[in-house]
Amino acid sequence: MSTPRIRLPASARIGDTVEIRTLIDHPMETGLRRDERGQPIARNMLIRFEARANGEQVFAADLANGASANPTLTFNLRATGEMSIETVWIAESGARFTARGRLTLRS
Amino acid sequence: MNGQNKGGLSRRAFSGALLTLVAAPQAFAALPSEVEAAIRAAVGHAPVRDGGVVLRVPELAENGAQVPILVDVDSETGPGRHVARIHLFATRNPTPGIASFTLGPASARPLVATRIRLAEGQQVLAYVVWSDGVVMRTAAEVKVSVGGCAT
Repeated sequence: MSTPRIRLPASARIGDTVEIRTLIDHPMETGLRRDERGQPIARNMLIRFEARANGEQVFAADLANGASANPTLTFNLRATGEMSIETVWIAESGARFTARGRLTLRS
Repeated sequence: MNGQNKGGLSRRAFSGALLTLVAAPQAFAALPSEVEAAIRAAVGHAPVRDGGVVLRVPELAENGAQVPILVDVDSETGPGRHVARIHLFATRNPTPGIASFTLGPASARPLVATRIRLAEGQQVLAYVVWSDGVVMRTAAEVKVSVGGCAT
């Protein structure tokens, strides 16, 4: 498992639609798989993703078994000013993995 | 219903039923019951409209463990009316749920891209729920060369 990553344009104009890309390395084990000896592999899933802009939630995802390992998420956001973006991946165990980005304005 | 029409469907109910049959593509006609249950749990029993949603997936996925998927609702949203939720389901995975996304007025153009697991070739279903309760859906068939293990 590693630190999640976030990618967004460095700057935007007010009203622009900006694309936010995030990813995290995670096995996303569903608990349904077996190892080569036939033993069940313990469940270990990220079940939630949340994105906040200036503290307000702008996007979230609830992840089920069909979400892939090393999940990626891309979503849009309207630039309404300088924005401090915080994203967090939340594991079923409660562990949280946070990545932050900043959108500045250009004229 | 007042019970006076036990002999059969009223003309109105009959034409309604016929329209439903015609409008529903075969794609959605026979979903496995656990898929149907997962959809109902997510979107309730609101009437569902076909189309209005772009679902982009590869026709043939080499690796079922990492299948790129993109859902795009071809519409700008803002104050007043926006896409509230997008739900993805798989028809032939061990469990039907893939992911559910929560969007809002800040989402601008409602678009979500991610990667999913498909255990075998099957249909992927996207349901889009608007803030005013309108539900739209679309489906895409994906062939899978190597299944994404037991998902």
